[in-house]
Amino acid sequence: MERSNRQIIQKYLRHNKKFPHIWCPGCGNGVVLGCLLRAIDRIGWIKDDVVLVSGIGCSSRAPVYVDFNTLHTVHGRALAFATGVKLARPHLHVVTLMGDGDSVGIGGNHFVHACRRNIDMTAVIINNQIYGMTGGQVSPATPQGALSTTTVYGNLDQPFDISRLAEAAGATFVARSTTYHVKELEKVLGQAFRHVGFSVVEVVAGCPTTYGRRNKLGGPVEMMRWQKEKAVSVKKAREMAPEELAGRIVTGVLVDRDAPEYTREYEKIREAARAAQPEPTVEEDKVDRTGAEP
Amino acid sequence: MRPQGSRELLLQGNEAVVEGALAVGCTFYAGYPITPSTEIAEGLAARLPAVGGTFLQMEDEIGSLAACLGASLAGAKAMTATSGPGFSLMQELIGYGCVAEIPAVIVNVMRGGPSTGLPTSPSQGDVMQTRWGTHGDHPIIVLTASSVREAFDMTVRAFNLSEKYRNPVILLLDEVVGHMREKVRLPARGAVGRVDRIRPSMPPEWYAPYEETNTGVPPMAAFGDGYRYHVTGLVHDRMGFPTQQKTEIVQGVNRLFRKIERGFREICLTEEASTDDAEAVVVAYGSVARSAREAVEELRVQGRRAGLLRLQTLWPFPRAAFERILGRGTVRSFLVCEMNRGQVYREVLRVVRGRSEVHKLTRNDGELITPAEIAKALREWL
Repeated sequence: MERSNRQIIQKYLRHNKKFPHIWCPGCGNGVVLGCLLRAIDRIGWIKDDVVLVSGIGCSSRAPVYVDFNTLHTVHGRALAFATGVKLARPHLHVVTLMGDGDSVGIGGNHFVHACRRNIDMTAVIINNQIYGMTGGQVSPATPQGALSTTTVYGNLDQPFDISRLAEAAGATFVARSTTYHVKELEKVLGQAFRHVGFSVVEVVAGCPTTYGRRNKLGGPVEMMRWQKEKAVSVKKAREMAPEELAGRIVTGVLVDRDAPEYTREYEKIREAARAAQPEPTVEEDKVDRTGAEP
Repeated sequence: MRPQGSRELLLQGNEAVVEGALAVGCTFYAGYPITPSTEIAEGLAARLPAVGGTFLQMEDEIGSLAACLGASLAGAKAMTATSGPGFSLMQELIGYGCVAEIPAVIVNVMRGGPSTGLPTSPSQGDVMQTRWGTHGDHPIIVLTASSVREAFDMTVRAFNLSEKYRNPVILLLDEVVGHMREKVRLPARGAVGRVDRIRPSMPPEWYAPYEETNTGVPPMAAFGDGYRYHVTGLVHDRMGFPTQQKTEIVQGVNRLFRKIERGFREICLTEEASTDDAEAVVVAYGSVARSAREAVEELRVQGRRAGLLRLQTLWPFPRAAFERILGRGTVRSFLVCEMNRGQVYREVLRVVRGRSEVHKLTRNDGELITPAEIAKALREWL
């Protein structure tokens, strides 16, 4: 049964958290959070089993509003925390929410290694091409030539293509969408959550406050329109020449393949270790705690 | 093949850390190779999976501690081990563990620094870094060890204090203790006291993960236990939600200190030898305390009134031991011996406050301090 947005809000947003949220008018973060919650609701995950992990930045403030196990970590390390959570309790559904700077700037090393490990969790990356929380500095996803408070004369650096980076690093599911394509975003998030292995969803978003204004891209509506006009589906993109694809946003599922999943493979390691050197398991190793001193 | 009774083994200090971790119920290790701590990772890589635990080699030391904190939040007893350069990388997350009150054990087997420094000659140069390495006011517990057996005991104690106080605990070893081999008799598994964090017993809707309690330590739910709560490195209220309200800030941060202060008596460990009538007391820790003991014994044989105060806990600084010794009225001078330029020396100056002389004997050239050097220095003050 499909829930209305009001029902989704009642079920998944924290009643004891003081609103309003911190996001600016026209921000894409709320759109992504809505899609994420609807996708989780559709799958039917139990709230007690969901862990939402984030780093630092505007988008990383999302978990505090949501009624899951929520973990707002330090800048760039969300995936490393998530790795620990998932390995310690593999039955939990672990979803990581990060921005572009958080995931492929300061956290780039953790990102590529998470991709190669193929642990069954999802990284949702809201890519607004700017460091928004600190007021609009250049990010590893800022287009060349763009203006920011730290590229006053134009950005020299080539931006990361986050989805291609994920694919090259070994992620077994990669999808891209935008905050304009709400239905598609909700759908690919659901596919990513269901995927067994490490999944990445890159969401192209706009930051009218710190990026749009400085680069004269208009307000929230114009930035949404830009997403609509620049987006091209994976299917259509396959028939287009590289020069036609320049500056376009290819959306849809880019990678979807099966590979051995880490936590399941780790069980085999445990079996091999037990065979090699029998030790009492933690459960078997009953301890008398009376008189225990630290 | 369940190990029965106590076992006699020839072990390195680092191997004793592995035994201690397994004996106290460690189920998660994430780390990155670095000499002189690597034997800890190697030992747990072989042993942890066999007890149903998890060993993970991460991409760097930052990711290692992050994975440990994540695992701890999911209910595991987690540990990492490193040395100077890796320990520097972990600093931000040590502060996160303190403010989010996440149990974890961090072993730092010290080597010469700064930077890449003297790989891998002995040093004790990280004493102040363990106290003040991460930014902001925070409480921390730092233990140390002088022998292989003590490396085992202190690993157990580090886990237990960490669980009890919901705070990261650092075990600060030096390269000598990490690598030297000694015959040790380890207690039977069941004979090792284990402390587990207090889990909430109230219904989830009544749970406040950072509430005031009598002990200052709130119960800690694991992710997946049905208590859905928020964890953040932002200063937070009793529910874990970020706050800017002055009363909540002060209450929250002060509780972090109060919970450790209440436990000073069990946390701050020292050992004294021949201090009852001592006129000169050597202050030492780690491997240097072994040289100091020999020097003191030699002087005692010669009829000189020398004593030893061996620090087993470095932070919170065991001030009470100095008050006790000063209170006896016989001590005229303390001689602080350490393999750095005088980090504990300055702490001793601070707590003695001019009530006796304080001298130092330090080396930072990658060599041990010998008993003869200490004995020679002691003779000057006796």
